[in-house]
Amino acid sequence: MQHLTKIAVFGGVYNNYLSLEATLDDARQRGAQEIYCLGDMGGFGPHPDRVFPILRGADDLLVMQGNYDHSIGNRLDDCACGYSDPRDNHFAEISYEYTFENTADDNKDWLRDLPTEFRRDWAGRRVLMAHGSPRRTNEFLWESSSPDAFLEHLLVEAEADLLFVTHTGIPWQRTLPSGKQVVNVGAIGRPANNGKTTVDYAIVDVFDDRVDVELHEVAYDHERLAREMQDEGLPDEFVETVLTGWWTTCVEILPAKERARGRY
Amino acid sequence: MELNFEYLKEHATERAHKPPPTLELDHLDTLWLQVTGTLCNLACLHCFISCGPKNDSHDYMSVEAVRRAVETAAAQGTKDYYFTGGEPFLHDDIQEMIELTLEHGPLTVLTNGILIDEEMADWLAQTFRNSRYSFDLRVSLDGTTKSENDALRGRGTFEKIIASIERLYAAGLNPVITVTTCHAGSGGEEGRRKFYEFVRSRGVEQPRLKFLAPFKIGREERRGGGYEEWERLVEGDLLPDEAEQLQCSSCRMVTSKGVYPCPILIEYDDALMGQELEDGLQAIELRHQACYTCHVEGVTCST
Repeated sequence: MQHLTKIAVFGGVYNNYLSLEATLDDARQRGAQEIYCLGDMGGFGPHPDRVFPILRGADDLLVMQGNYDHSIGNRLDDCACGYSDPRDNHFAEISYEYTFENTADDNKDWLRDLPTEFRRDWAGRRVLMAHGSPRRTNEFLWESSSPDAFLEHLLVEAEADLLFVTHTGIPWQRTLPSGKQVVNVGAIGRPANNGKTTVDYAIVDVFDDRVDVELHEVAYDHERLAREMQDEGLPDEFVETVLTGWWTTCVEILPAKERARGRY
Repeated sequence: MELNFEYLKEHATERAHKPPPTLELDHLDTLWLQVTGTLCNLACLHCFISCGPKNDSHDYMSVEAVRRAVETAAAQGTKDYYFTGGEPFLHDDIQEMIELTLEHGPLTVLTNGILIDEEMADWLAQTFRNSRYSFDLRVSLDGTTKSENDALRGRGTFEKIIASIERLYAAGLNPVITVTTCHAGSGGEEGRRKFYEFVRSRGVEQPRLKFLAPFKIGREERRGGGYEEWERLVEGDLLPDEAEQLQCSSCRMVTSKGVYPCPILIEYDDALMGQELEDGLQAIELRHQACYTCHVEGVTCST
């Protein structure tokens, strides 16, 4: 058995340039030779343009378009979240408008032109990386609402053995009865609604005969981020999430089980 | 692209001769099961399939029929399951049907909540905690006041439904409260805000609500009026990307009589696609006027 390479996979930056720096530092210190970002650069956090020099300037980093990037890049009116709770819609609008107004045109163009999937072959396994699901950028793959049989179907259709996604913001991974694997890498832009202030990403060890995936938590200067969010006039509710690790807004998308684990 | 209602009215005559759009089943993501058929403990005035204590046009499903449909769907990689009726908690075997379905994927049960006593609420909450996949209840409530709700769902139902929601919440479940937007403004932002505030005021700290447009068929046709002649879909009407958003591109409904495209059309004999789920996997024609409501309102029956 020979260790061939180490790879990092993350998604959901949500303007959080501080956690982006911390995640990249962590991944590189662990020896990651290639790093993949599965999309959603904007929303929620402060100073949207600060993530782009980091994302665009690194040779070891490949970046994909998420649904938010599609909306910002194509100058759409809103994030098309369509919440039924007016409170959730209100906060989604604030987040989108702030990000839209503070993202430079050149960065919007870059988001518009990003690829929407990556395919690789690791140890003979067909690897697919997507934002939401292999078939739809905005499809949520939650742990409690993604049956084995449904995931098997998605992977067969997509001709993949190992799937990486983000979009939901809560990490999980599962080996299916067929041996195929699904990994939701979570998000690095905000905590995973678990009462921790850390964020999550995946480290992948590729051997000549197998692929190991491990989810990691990364700490970053969340108090500094919270101060900058306050200085930018972002809602106190967003700041609370960064400081406590509990989602406070836009929670109606959560399935019952994931919602019950949260505070709101 | 915006819908132009004036154009549709003005061109009703020429449009009447055009065929309806055809919609392929993209993949069977969602399986609906009409477990108690059209039998219900209530006879709500807006029910689009006229369910009630005396309507047995679709009878109860047997546990074996539920098992067969769920296993067939699971073999195809179905994503989620929904039980509806009628009132699912009329069925003596509801617990067995819930358990067998949750082995295959997430399940949502649509109910008016009235038959859920404390013992059942505890069992449901325990099932929620122990199940591998998500398990949800949707409880129907059609107003934030007694008079609003009871005008549609029957006298005394408001208090009974609220009591059920509180019972479920106390047991550890947080049901999705489902509102059919029959009352003026109830589907708008203000109406929705009022509902969220009302539910919070009853002690539910994490309100979960779903708003559904009424379908002008069944008993609702007699209450609020039916469709106008021009309210139908013809070939070419579907907007870009609409096909994949219409729920019938990814769902089918099984009742004791057979398989139908969706939960809305089970009272139309010409919507019956066959006896078994396998018979219902072909394309459908969106020829029913209720299809127009999904087109205009973006309705999806899923949670």
